[in-house]
This record gives sequence, C-alpha cells and structure tokens, in this order.
Amino acid sequence: MADPEMVLNNPGARTTREQDLIAEVQRGQNELFYELVRPYERRVYAAALAILRNPTDAEDAAQEAMLKAFANIRQFRAEARFSTWLIQITVNEALMRRRRERTVVMEGIDERREEESEYAPREFADWREIPSEALERKEVRLKLAEALASLDRKYREVFVLRDMEQLNIQETAEALGISVASVKTRLLRARLILRDLLAGGWERGWFSRLPFEKGTKPW
Amino acid sequence: MVTGQVNCERVRQEISNYLDGEVDSALRGAMDAHFHACNRCTSVLEGTRNVIRLYGDERMIEAPAGFGRRLEKRLARSAHGGNRWSVWSTWLVPVAAVALIAGSLRVANSLTTGEPLKSEHAQAGQNIPPDMMVVVAADTKVFHAAGCTFIHNKEKLTTLTAKEAMRQGYVPCLRCMRKDLETAEAGHGAPAEWPDLDADADEDRGSGGQ
Repeated sequence: MADPEMVLNNPGARTTREQDLIAEVQRGQNELFYELVRPYERRVYAAALAILRNPTDAEDAAQEAMLKAFANIRQFRAEARFSTWLIQITVNEALMRRRRERTVVMEGIDERREEESEYAPREFADWREIPSEALERKEVRLKLAEALASLDRKYREVFVLRDMEQLNIQETAEALGISVASVKTRLLRARLILRDLLAGGWERGWFSRLPFEKGTKPW
Repeated sequence: MVTGQVNCERVRQEISNYLDGEVDSALRGAMDAHFHACNRCTSVLEGTRNVIRLYGDERMIEAPAGFGRRLEKRLARSAHGGNRWSVWSTWLVPVAAVALIAGSLRVANSLTTGEPLKSEHAQAGQNIPPDMMVVVAADTKVFHAAGCTFIHNKEKLTTLTAKEAMRQGYVPCLRCMRKDLETAEAGHGAPAEWPDLDADADEDRGSGGQ
C-alpha cells in the first residue's frame, strides 16, 4: 500500500488510490470505506454546517450522509468525482433536515426581495495579497469563520459549496436545486460581502501580526 | 458581445464571473482595460481574489474534535453488520431454502388439499405432524396428545389424526402440543448455533442515536 502522506500530498496518486478504494469497497471490502472518506471528513462537515448552522445537527447530518454513501456505494459511477458525489449526498441530507424545521418559506420571501437589489462594495482600500500563512493563526481562522457565519443563508450555502467545497457552478446549482443564474448572483454577493468584512477586519487588526514590509499596508 | 469600455457598475456585476473564467474574451479584455485605469475596481478585484483564496484553503475547514473517531465507529458498526450478513448469506440462503421447502411439504401434508381450515386458530397447529394421533373431548375446541393432564372432560374422548382435528377446527393444546412441536423441530436439522439475527438488529438500532 502507498504511503498515506505521499498519497495525500499528491492529487494524482490520491485519485488513483481513491479509484482503487472505491472499486474494492464496491466489491465488498467494507472496512476500507473509512479510508476512502477520511480525506473528506472536514468538507462533508463544512457542507452540512453551511446549511444547518448548528454544529451538533451538522455533525449528525454529515455522519448520516457518510452512512448513506456507504449504503449506496455501488451506485457511484466512475465518471463522477467522488468528492462531489459525497458532498451532494450531504447537501441533500442537510436540506432534508432543514425542511423539517419549516424555515424555508420565510427565508424564500427574503430571497426574492434581496436578489432584486444590487450590492455595492463599501470598502475601496488597495488590497494586496494576504499571505496564506495568515491562516496558521487560529484567531484569523476564527474571524473568517465568523464573517462567513454572518452571511445570509442563501449566500453562505452557495459560497461554501463553490469556494470551499470546490464544486463548479453547475454542480452547486444541482446540489441546491437552484438555477445557474441564481448561483452566480448569490456567489457575487457572498464574495463582495466577505470582501467588505475582511477589508474592515484589516482596520480592526485581524491581520496585524502578518509579515508585511515595514511602512506598507497590505491593502 | 462587449465592445469598447465598460463602467464600474458593470465591472462589479461581472467581477465574480471574471474570476471564475465565466466571461467571454471581449468582456474580459474590456474589464482588464478598466482595472488598469480604476483603482477602486482593482481593489474590489484583489479583495475578492483574497476571499476566494483564503476560504478555499483547507485549513479553513475544521470538523469538531472526535468527529473522525465517532464516524469511524459508526461506519465500522455498519460495515461489521454488512460483513456478517455477507458471510452468513453464503450458507444461510441454502439452509433457509431447505427449511422453506421442508416446511411447505409439512404444511401440504398436514392439510387436506384444497380444503380450508374451519378455524383460523388452527393455523397454530400447522407444524404438528399430520398423522399424529390426538384426542378431543366433547364440547371443547382443543385437541391434545394422549395422556395430556389438561383435558377437561375425559369421559367422552375421541381419537383422530392431527390433520383431521385441525380440519374440523380444533386448535392444539398449548401445553402438551408445545412439547411435541419442540421435539419435532429438534429433529428437523436446525443448525446447532443459529445466528442471532435479532441480537444484531438490536445492536444496530441501539447505535443509531449516537
């Protein structure tokens, strides 16, 4: 068996190993399923959390989705991306649970109203690239997570599936049962709102200890 | 098709599509020219690019502590059940098929062909050997094995086969016939260690609420 670290750090090797694992689980090697889904644990949880918001509900939905994926693994077809298939099962599970809470009708009214108006960016500072090292700091990750959590549900869902789960526009639309045009509209709004929140975060010192050149602002 | 210049409003409407490569080449060219001349739109572009890059980083996604362990446990329990079933199924299916055939023959033998039971309660006696001699007392609805201590009226007993007793609507005595049924079952090749399917089902149900 290949070295797990090498496999995880090499997307090509990961795909090949993943295909092997899928085939083995489909042939009945059930004990290999956890190895197959382990790289996607966090993504599955994040997808459920984006929809349900409550960490306990999100974990339960994410785990239930994994069990459903396990039960239906023989229906998975090689031409699809396994990660996308897994995320779509999770989104379905989370949406089904949310429907039970009967919150959709009220949010649907807001949705029509808000999508009619344009979103104008408020912050026009000269942004420069924020180094990825910023994410090493837990407080930075926390601030970004708070900004994401403050988004309206319909923007948060699209943003998480598209920009964090890396689904494409079409897959995001299918997963959420909305049109491609709606995905694009919501994605634009989500990104612009988060940009404004992060720009304001600079002013509030979220990234104050980052290694920028002396005397220059990162934006 | 876009020709010439685009204004700030149009650029900001398309900035997300621009970053996703979802604009045609003409619009892309016009937007590039606009960014070159407009600091504000460049600020929006770079800020949005930062958002996509930072949130797209795997470090931004965290699962609760112990999530993987709990998931592994649930999956293992589910997979364990599946494995046991797949192992059992290799011998359980033929055994079940034999039992089904044997049971069908016994039921067929125990009943008069095409003749319905007079009482649905007699269904309980379908596994009793049809040629077994039983006794019935007058004015009762129960048939017994000879010598059963629970026969109420021993003055007027009639002896007949179990098949005939059931055809007439008599039901088996739960006390004496249970013993005969158990004896009959033991002689029909049930496996010494029959899989405890109920126990496994309980275990799975118990884990569902984790």
